[in-house]
Amino acid sequence: MKSPVDTEISRRGILVGGVATAALTVSTADAQTPPTPAQPATMKVSFDVNGKRRNLELDTRTTLLDALREHLHLTGTKKGCDHGQCGACTVMVDGQRINSCLSLAVMHQGDRITTIEGLGQPDRLHPMQAAFVKHDGYQCGYCTPGQICSAVAVLDEIKAGIPSHATGDFTTRPAITNEEIRERMSGNICRCGAYSNIVDAINDVAGVRA
Amino acid sequence: MKPFTYERATSPAAAAKAVADRPGAKFIAGGTNLLDLMKLEVEAPIHLVDVNGLGLDRIETTSDGGLRIGALVSNTALASNETVRRDYGVLSRAIVAGASGQLRNKATTAGNLLQRTRCPYFYDTNQACNKRKPGSGCAAIGGYSRQLAVIGTSTACIATYPGDMAVAMRVLDASVQTVSPAGQTRTIAFGDFHRLPGNTPHIENALAPGELVTAVTLPRPIGGQHFYHKVRDRASYAFALVSVAAVIQRDGSGRVAVGGIAPRPWRVEAAETAMQQGAKAVSARLLAGAKPTTDNAFKVPLVERALAAVMAEARAA
Repeated sequence: MKSPVDTEISRRGILVGGVATAALTVSTADAQTPPTPAQPATMKVSFDVNGKRRNLELDTRTTLLDALREHLHLTGTKKGCDHGQCGACTVMVDGQRINSCLSLAVMHQGDRITTIEGLGQPDRLHPMQAAFVKHDGYQCGYCTPGQICSAVAVLDEIKAGIPSHATGDFTTRPAITNEEIRERMSGNICRCGAYSNIVDAINDVAGVRA
Repeated sequence: MKPFTYERATSPAAAAKAVADRPGAKFIAGGTNLLDLMKLEVEAPIHLVDVNGLGLDRIETTSDGGLRIGALVSNTALASNETVRRDYGVLSRAIVAGASGQLRNKATTAGNLLQRTRCPYFYDTNQACNKRKPGSGCAAIGGYSRQLAVIGTSTACIATYPGDMAVAMRVLDASVQTVSPAGQTRTIAFGDFHRLPGNTPHIENALAPGELVTAVTLPRPIGGQHFYHKVRDRASYAFALVSVAAVIQRDGSGRVAVGGIAPRPWRVEAAETAMQQGAKAVSARLLAGAKPTTDNAFKVPLVERALAAVMAEARAA
């Protein structure tokens, strides 16, 4: 591994640097000291997860990702980088995909959250899950729940006319093309490099819908 | 992450007061940058004031034909807005050139404006950084500086402002609306909003303690062709090495601001008088006084070439 100093400043680079930093900070503790350090605080929060009301009392520091995985035991959503760089933690909140690692659980009072478990189950797969199986859109599978949540949202975003960096004319509606899908899926990293099969799976679902 | 207490604000002025009254308190909106930094303990607020739910999420036309963008309008909502796409295309294009779909859904207008630098020495708490720890020095100077600034820097800091959206807002002559803890509102011209580092790189903008951004306003549309040309190490989801936001009129005149090269969106109005003479003349004026490092000297010719590409595209249209 390169040292943080040699590492390029991409989000992926910061990931490498970030891990090293977190490990070293413990011994040196030279981060800026707040005026009067706060004590750990807990708060109540309730939100809907996959159609079910959930009431929790959490340390304010708990991310939505940790609330889902560690408190609600919905471990389909994965923790990859924990810094919004890899997309493994992608879930939908009120229909919009977000990185659940970069959101505090207490900020989701009353929200409607959909995780991979809410999209489909082994006996009744969501069309996107079935397409990932059919097209072999994964190898190790760790990024897959995030990829699938993101992919479902991507097709909704294109349908809603939301432009992307791959969109030519911003005054017309974006089309479903390989270029659009690749650009819109760029926040989901696949370490195994299953990208071309992932694009095939998404295209398949888009074709079924059209 | 250090512990913190949390509250949901009930009004913009109450939010401003809540932060002003508690040293070490911070606003949180989308949280995508702040939480990242809190996990690394680069930021360690003792209290968070959640400003979501203040009703600052609307885009409205102003009485003079411009646009008022609420501080909490998401990047996705702003880039998708029909008026923005039609009349302020450079802004839509800049936003979708940044981050990922997931982040743009959460990132807000004000939060994006206030995002911190991605200088690796700012992120690494073991390194000297005058921005993170005033007076500790700058490990970036003489360090790895390929992504860092070539102009507007000081002997205390060579970090860049990392965003894309603000570069477009600068070229559009936007202004920033705020409310103070006392409830007073004011308007800050966009060019005065982000500060150059000088001896105080930890002071990044014109906001007073507790002052809350409530909106960004755009003047009436100026027509022309709108471009946001971003050069980066990957095709997507990477910060700019150089980005050019430009609005070019039929006669070749126009405006240009550059991202990725300075501590703030870089615009030199006087350089724009040379727009009809071509990219070389404009970039020479834009970058007069640049002090690149060996690592980032490539950015100087890259600005000229990125601008030349935009101008060629404008002529071809």
